[in-house]
Amino acid sequence: MNDPMTVSPFSVKDCALIAIATGKRAQNLRELTEHLREVEANSIFYHFWGGLLRPRFDNPEYHNDFAIWAAESLHNKFLAEKLAVIDPSAFETIEDLRNEVIETLEEEMDNAEYPSWARKDSLFDFIRCRLVIFDTKMVVPAPEDFAPLLPNLSLGSIFFHFIDGRRRNHNSLDDFSNWIASFGPPYEDLVGRIGEICPYFAPLNKLREQLSHAFELYVEGKTP
Amino acid sequence: MNDIGILEAYEAVAGKDVMDHLRQLARPLTGLRVVHVNSTRVGGGVAEILHKMVPLMQALGLDAAWEVIQGDSVFYQCTKGFHNGIQGNRVDLPESYLKAYEETNRQAAETLRDTLYQADIVIVHDPQPAALIPHFPDRRAKWVWRCHIDASRPFRPVWKYLREFVYRYDASIFSLAAFARRLPHPVYLIAPSIDPLHEKNIELDKDEIETTYSQFQVDPKRPTILQVSRFDRFKDPLGVIQSYKTAKHFLPSLQLILAGGGASDDPEGEIVLDEVRIASEDDPDIKVLLLPADAHRTINALQRCADLVLQKSLREGFGLTVAEAMWKKKPVIGGDTGGIRIQVINHHTGFTVNSPEGAALRIRYLLQNRDILNQMGEKARAFVRENFLITRHLREYLTLFFVLLYGDHERIEL
Repeated sequence: MNDPMTVSPFSVKDCALIAIATGKRAQNLRELTEHLREVEANSIFYHFWGGLLRPRFDNPEYHNDFAIWAAESLHNKFLAEKLAVIDPSAFETIEDLRNEVIETLEEEMDNAEYPSWARKDSLFDFIRCRLVIFDTKMVVPAPEDFAPLLPNLSLGSIFFHFIDGRRRNHNSLDDFSNWIASFGPPYEDLVGRIGEICPYFAPLNKLREQLSHAFELYVEGKTP
Repeated sequence: MNDIGILEAYEAVAGKDVMDHLRQLARPLTGLRVVHVNSTRVGGGVAEILHKMVPLMQALGLDAAWEVIQGDSVFYQCTKGFHNGIQGNRVDLPESYLKAYEETNRQAAETLRDTLYQADIVIVHDPQPAALIPHFPDRRAKWVWRCHIDASRPFRPVWKYLREFVYRYDASIFSLAAFARRLPHPVYLIAPSIDPLHEKNIELDKDEIETTYSQFQVDPKRPTILQVSRFDRFKDPLGVIQSYKTAKHFLPSLQLILAGGGASDDPEGEIVLDEVRIASEDDPDIKVLLLPADAHRTINALQRCADLVLQKSLREGFGLTVAEAMWKKKPVIGGDTGGIRIQVINHHTGFTVNSPEGAALRIRYLLQNRDILNQMGEKARAFVRENFLITRHLREYLTLFFVLLYGDHERIEL
């Protein structure tokens, strides 16, 4: 634990994402698996998390692009469910996540009686992305100060600190939790509340609401 | 609208957080010289977007400009052939057409030489000005080719000719990954958008909507379904009539409006329109409206009159009429093809269908379940607000500019 007086203020950043076609396309599971082995890690990240920052409906039945494709283009609901249950926040590295997806696909190919094919206009397009990160110049001195600010943070900021942070930080925690934890035991409860927010099933505006709620509860709890 | 006014106007529609995000993103790009080049200032989706995109970029501090190249009728015949060829139709382009195309681009390059040499980023829209690039061999700017057409299955000779120009660009932009070609430079993906402040999409007062009802003899007390599209086989207007007739067995008060643009330059369009008229002549509840290209307010009012909107295409590019209808809180029953798939989310913003029967079923379902229809309409508008407004389009352009300027790194921290 650091002395709260010595903890640096939280510098709020924001980000924007641009998608890039890789030119790799799959029509069946074998092609999907082969491309999955080769694509850059960034592409796996995009297909699990990029939906939060690009045109996609907020509440899809399946929560990653591989599961959506298995359901809608291969009409393989069994596989779609198995892919949808892979929660990327449970993996320490993108390589671990990649291996899990490949494992799931290989198991399906081993067991399938016949290979399923997508229509020619429903191929899986592998996409990678680039993230542009910029400083909002907003600085938050202490966790309590976040409560009134959070409802107005941009969705890009929520993505950068709550989603992308897990990939950047060695302990796989988001930026908010790491920073608050450095203030020590008085804030353990708040870190716990944030830890209970699942980043995988909600769109960014809902995540922002849930984070705001966690901070509000903490501030209310502290107020006599 | 002045520069401050335009940002405020969009803030009122898209939200303060969205505009603040754009302001911050644009700040490091202040003074960046961006030139858009296309071949028309009026008509068509590209010109429509540039009319707002360029002033928005300017209001955010970029030194944005829009240049237009113009040619003679042979040039436009040639580029229309390119357009059809990229979409996969067989076209025959005589050598004289290609010469006119290259000569028009050469002359335009002379006119635009200083402007394009001084630019930091040049965005060339569609094939018409694509052949400018060889005339700038020692260019300083990053040149980007923006393809608004579905190029997934082009007619090979046309693509083989055009790609010699396209290969020279620093990057390309396509609307969807499925529409893109494999190219020797980065291919960025930016979906198109609608402009909420365009006459097509602005709020209309009740009187104007009621006038439209009476102008076209539509009964506002009865359920109405609408398809807005050219009279083109790929838009399947006959399939729409079949869906309507099937649904009308169960909902005798149902009315159908088929509204489309003129087809005078398209012989196939005339044939389809005749077939539509024959299929609808025994039913006074089908209104076939041939509207002029600038009937934006009328289309807007018709979309607001309708209970739900169809876009039952058999093949479609992006299909922005879907987003336009959804912006007016109308669920859309759309063909399971192209960009319709990313706009119409089954059971949320509408239904994708594969047959007239499927469309009829969904028409009946929604008109019998008004609460569900209304909920889907609300979700549809929210979905468009988040994803298909020009503000999102602009954000992606600005993000792209950083990647072009700073290099293709996984993350660019400013």
